[in-house]
Amino acid sequence: MSGTLAKESMAAKPVIQSTKASRRVSRRKLFDRCFYRLCQFTVLLALMSLVTLIGHILYEGISWLKIDFFLNFTSRFAEQAGIKAAIFGSVWVLFLTSAFAVPLGVSAAIFLEEYAPKKKWVEWVQINIGNLAGMPSIVYGLVGLAVFVRYFNFERSLLAGSLTLGLLILPIIIISSQEAIKAVPLSLREAAYALGARKWQVVFGQVLPASLPGILTGVILSISRAIGETAPLIVIGALSFVAFTPVSIWDEFTVLPIQIYNWASKPQEEFHHLAAAAIIVLLVLLFFMNFIAIYLRQKYQRYKL
Amino acid sequence: MFRKVSKILLVISLMSLSSCTKPSGQSSKQKVKIDGSSTVYPITEAMAEEFSKLNKKTMVTVGVSGTGGGFKKFLAGEIDINDASRSIKSKEQKVAQENGVKYLELPVAYDGISVVVNPGSFLTSLTVAQLKQIWESDSVKTWKDVNPEWPDRAIKLYGPGTDSGTFDYFKEVIVGKKGSFRSNFTKSEDDNMLVKGVAGDKDALGFFGFAYYEANKSKLKALAIAKDQTAPPVVPTRVTIQDGSYAPLSRPIFIYVNKKATAKPWVNEFVNFYFEKAMDTAAGIIKQVGYIPLNKNEYQKSLDDYKAFSKAEM
Repeated sequence: MSGTLAKESMAAKPVIQSTKASRRVSRRKLFDRCFYRLCQFTVLLALMSLVTLIGHILYEGISWLKIDFFLNFTSRFAEQAGIKAAIFGSVWVLFLTSAFAVPLGVSAAIFLEEYAPKKKWVEWVQINIGNLAGMPSIVYGLVGLAVFVRYFNFERSLLAGSLTLGLLILPIIIISSQEAIKAVPLSLREAAYALGARKWQVVFGQVLPASLPGILTGVILSISRAIGETAPLIVIGALSFVAFTPVSIWDEFTVLPIQIYNWASKPQEEFHHLAAAAIIVLLVLLFFMNFIAIYLRQKYQRYKL
Repeated sequence: MFRKVSKILLVISLMSLSSCTKPSGQSSKQKVKIDGSSTVYPITEAMAEEFSKLNKKTMVTVGVSGTGGGFKKFLAGEIDINDASRSIKSKEQKVAQENGVKYLELPVAYDGISVVVNPGSFLTSLTVAQLKQIWESDSVKTWKDVNPEWPDRAIKLYGPGTDSGTFDYFKEVIVGKKGSFRSNFTKSEDDNMLVKGVAGDKDALGFFGFAYYEANKSKLKALAIAKDQTAPPVVPTRVTIQDGSYAPLSRPIFIYVNKKATAKPWVNEFVNFYFEKAMDTAAGIIKQVGYIPLNKNEYQKSLDDYKAFSKAEM
């Protein structure tokens, strides 16, 4: 565009001015190129740090990924140590946390978007949900310790841990579900109303199915945040040495990030390799969950309105 | 599709709700709950590992909340055993009295707090007085401030966080219980960060448990410490820590057992196992995890003390 501008000005104006103008244009072009390079550079920087991080972890830990690593409990001998308890714990936490946070979060989003009156207190609730989503995770740990561990006397059980993590991701689920519900066009609702549908029929029959891919994506991303979280679980007193797999929600547990933290802080070098191996497992798990999120979005977008 | 999903969601939410209203089930399982110091953790972890292999019915769990954090839980009756890298403080004893918690302190091993510098450092030994001078206040900034003959370069100090038992012990023996301690030094709860800091800086000085020094011997130099001007400086080794000549920085580390927990036979089994294994020099568990075992008689005494303690009336 600047090229045609320059041509026009060259044709219309005397020669002296045209050189001035073309100088200005070439300066702009240079600026444009510089900005483009800068953008490229920042992307490269981000990618490089990711690649070095993953590369380093793979280099450190890949040779420690053996079958025994998945079948053994932790041990003081690095060669015999494994992540069985941590994997079981993480899977339990994954399901319990979503069982608690997903229905609650999605219902709250439906209420706020579809039913809540446009009043001051609703606005206030909305602002606070936003604030909660930005709260440091350790604060949720303290809440969990005071409420679930001490007051309800759940002790250091799976239930207490999952409820704490559920609280942590609840605001994120609410906000992402709200965004998904907002994206459903008004015309769809109006068409349903025109056919005589009641409000709940509109919400459950039209709005929710249409926003489901968006909701599921948000849910999966927030759950993957929950299983990578360490700080709140350490605060509520999740354990480092567990040599059994939990069988009920009242059992003690450990999770992958805590196991990683524990191994990484040991003095012996071999345990740092073990930590790297466990990080690989956690990364694979997270990549897999993100992949599901993308897949779900792709699949259901075919029915996009 | 959506109906199914919503039905599943409903069932799950009902399930989670119903499980929440269930009263906190007093699980009939045999549990030994341990928490506390990260310094004692490797020993207790090893004992719990061996014990779990032989006793499948008993579930032993070990957490790492630090000595102080562990005592809080211990005195609230939430755990059976606390790992402690220092003795119980008088403040904590008061809480114990208020809560009616009776306990027994059992030493499990020796640790030597190692004062370390970079292998390239000019320094090989310090006196306790010099250590005190360095750590007492923020006013010491360069080596020259400690000794006029030393270079005029800034000292970079590394130490564990103020919540750790290692910090408490170091403070107590170097600057005294009531003494002031400098605030300007790099603190980390993760001793590996301290190792990295000292290993990467010629003018660094740090302190942490012997196990971390031993695992990183090639990257660090442990300073010989002299009790006073006349005493010869002593380097921390397994021998000097065990015979007590590495003074005053060698210290015993403990487990504390709650009297109420002794009513559970599986806790008694575990504690007995702990000391029998520690005594077993052939297995050498204490050594394996980087600590210095006590004498056999001392372990035997702990066993006897525990027996009397567990049988005594409440």
